[in-house]
Amino acid sequence: MSCCAASASLSVPGQAQRPDRRELLDASHDLGDGLVATRLAVPDAHCAACISAIEKAVGAVDGVTDARVNLAGRFVTVKWPRDAVDADAVFTALDHAGYRAGLLDEAESGPDPVLRRLFIALAVAGFAAGNVMLLSVSIWSGADDATRDLFHWISAAIAIPAVAVAGRPFFAPALHALKAGRLNMDVPISLAVILAVGLSLHETLTGGAHAYFDASVTLLFFLLIGRTLDYVMRSRAGAALKTLDRTTPRGAVVVAADGTTAWTPVSEVAADMTVLVASGDRVPVDGTVVSRGVRVDLSVVTGESDAVELAPGETVVAGAMVVDGPLKLTATRAGHASFLGEMRSMLEAAETARPALSRLADRMAAVYAPAVHLIAAATFLGWWAAGGGLHHALTTAIAVLIITCPCALGLAAPIVQVVAAGRLLKHRILLRDGGALETLATVDRVVLDKTGTLTTPTVDPRALEQLADGTLSVAAALARHSRHPVAQAIAAAAPATPIAPDRVTEHAGHGIEGVIDGRTWRLGRPDWALSAEAFAALSVDRRGAPALSCDGALAAAFDLLDRPRPGADGAVATLIRLGLAPTLLSGDGEAKVAETAARLNLESWTARATPAGKIAAIHALQGDGHRVLMIGDGLNDAPALAAADVSMAPSAASDVSRTAAGIVFLSEDMGAIPTAIAVARKARRLILENFGLAIVYNAIAIPLAIAGYATPLFAAIAMSASSIVVVANALRLALPERRSGVAGSAARDDIRTPLTPALGARV
Amino acid sequence: MTVLSILIPAALVLGLIGLVAFLWALRSGQFEDLDGAAERILLPDEDKPKKSGGPRE
Repeated sequence: MSCCAASASLSVPGQAQRPDRRELLDASHDLGDGLVATRLAVPDAHCAACISAIEKAVGAVDGVTDARVNLAGRFVTVKWPRDAVDADAVFTALDHAGYRAGLLDEAESGPDPVLRRLFIALAVAGFAAGNVMLLSVSIWSGADDATRDLFHWISAAIAIPAVAVAGRPFFAPALHALKAGRLNMDVPISLAVILAVGLSLHETLTGGAHAYFDASVTLLFFLLIGRTLDYVMRSRAGAALKTLDRTTPRGAVVVAADGTTAWTPVSEVAADMTVLVASGDRVPVDGTVVSRGVRVDLSVVTGESDAVELAPGETVVAGAMVVDGPLKLTATRAGHASFLGEMRSMLEAAETARPALSRLADRMAAVYAPAVHLIAAATFLGWWAAGGGLHHALTTAIAVLIITCPCALGLAAPIVQVVAAGRLLKHRILLRDGGALETLATVDRVVLDKTGTLTTPTVDPRALEQLADGTLSVAAALARHSRHPVAQAIAAAAPATPIAPDRVTEHAGHGIEGVIDGRTWRLGRPDWALSAEAFAALSVDRRGAPALSCDGALAAAFDLLDRPRPGADGAVATLIRLGLAPTLLSGDGEAKVAETAARLNLESWTARATPAGKIAAIHALQGDGHRVLMIGDGLNDAPALAAADVSMAPSAASDVSRTAAGIVFLSEDMGAIPTAIAVARKARRLILENFGLAIVYNAIAIPLAIAGYATPLFAAIAMSASSIVVVANALRLALPERRSGVAGSAARDDIRTPLTPALGARV
Repeated sequence: MTVLSILIPAALVLGLIGLVAFLWALRSGQFEDLDGAAERILLPDEDKPKKSGGPRE
């Protein structure tokens, strides 16, 4: 696995930690008739060819009755009889087809009932708004007497059921808040909508001129758009723990005193028991090494990819991967006390202790709702005291509530976040949590991990020069067929070559295979590329680096070197210029960390940081009042990622880290970090601008409403106009990119242009 | 004004048809994979006649 880790994106997350049959069944849902449906994530699916390849591969597995890819969700739904569920077969099939696969997180699987209810409410509100508005326009254009009353009655017949259905997403939380003695944005919304319908019904019954049915349903329609977008952008938190469970082996092979072995659940493994771990398996419990000369990949602890040879008597922790086993160890700690158990509780603690996102919209609501209610109450009392009559005082007060209903305010933040998420996606940055964007804009400290984040392992060019003639050309010819960073480094190191291998296939997680002059060449993990004998003959320290083989025999071995990720210099320089004082926190040794820090001009660095040490460093910064952005990739970074105010992880990061991070960047280029910060700051500025626009709207509309000029026509125009202005303003976020055309240059421009005004806005 | 008795019901019924159609589409899962639907038209048809086209077995 060490080669795999060294060549990060070749590694198959699902492979080392393939879920077993029981986990698969746990995650499946029952269809009746003994059939179950299982959803498997296939993150690499992206086109029609992928759909057909995956559906064919999975469909050919024994027992599978149906396989259907969902491209939007990047998963495949497998239907099969409960008895036929076979984890190995389906993952192997997907592996052969060249697709990484894994179990979907619980939160991501299954249709979302909340979103569905919001969609239904949105559809009903849209229908009602359209039809009621049609009737209202007739009334405003001069329909009177019986016709007007008839139109009012029809409007009532449409609006009342529509409000009852479409208003529920607001009424329930409003009631909840009132019961708890709080005010949230839903309270003025619910009040305005219900009072508008009530007042209009009264007008209809008494043959009055002003009914606000159109206002009540259009309000709901606009607000539901905002609410739906907001819901889509919300995070699905707490999924990181689930992924960690998959790294934890469930059982251990325990060797009894008489030499017999038995599979024992981890919970029953006690200290001093002897445990045997085969190559490629993860160590189930913490322990002391007994066997000699076994290499173990400790990346789970240190984040470093090189496998380490452990001597008898040294300690090894749960979660570490045995590279060439079997490893015999004496258990010291199992279950919750083990390293993985500790990671689990650290992650749990960090996730709950993460500073609550104080969302701009929520803070706005805290001020807005009481203010609006006070103004409405004052209007009522004012008109009543001035002798305007109870009816007039009441209708004017209700009109104030309708006019101030936070329509534009409800759209202000979510629409910007959706546009920003789309913009980030163009830069290959995935936003998992809308709140992360808001926090990212206010970050003033950055903490970076080293290996896998700032540096990527690559082939040592000095070693390449010493290769025998021809082998480098062959390696390059094969490597050209892969987009893997190590393969590209090899391809780049060789001069152009006329060699054209036939039948080239890339085996995800292993390497590339091709045929030249009837001989099979393989480039990739030595345990895959070489025959068993050749692999056994390979010196132990070579087993971690990629190898080139010809018909199973070793042709060349490559050395790996730590190299900064592309764009790391520029990204770090930008972070320093922005005053974010980047800090390097690495589990690696002093020499390597110091070298990287010096190369990137990082003044502050810490070597040999443990997961707990990383959390402590972040908490220390937060204690000084800083907002911290953490960027890391390893499993050992996961608790720190969860502890920081906001976190980013590269797509090649471990599953747990990706889930713990609010933002994932898919590009190799570190420029993604300043770009994300730039977009986040611009988005924050636009959200604030939108709030400003909403306040300007209120400043104009409220006095008119208090004076009693807020007719239904005025309300319809004012509210729609304010919503349109807010949406149009949000769309400005998408503008500059369209002009600059080339994505690459746009990414670079973004770092400079939007930041300057954004910084100005912060002062 | 008698024309209203035809036009208003007609407008409402058309609107309702749209609403019901949307709810039906939502319920039958047509919004679950918008990207996939766009790509699937590029796939060769696999539901060719299995038995009826050729000679019966």
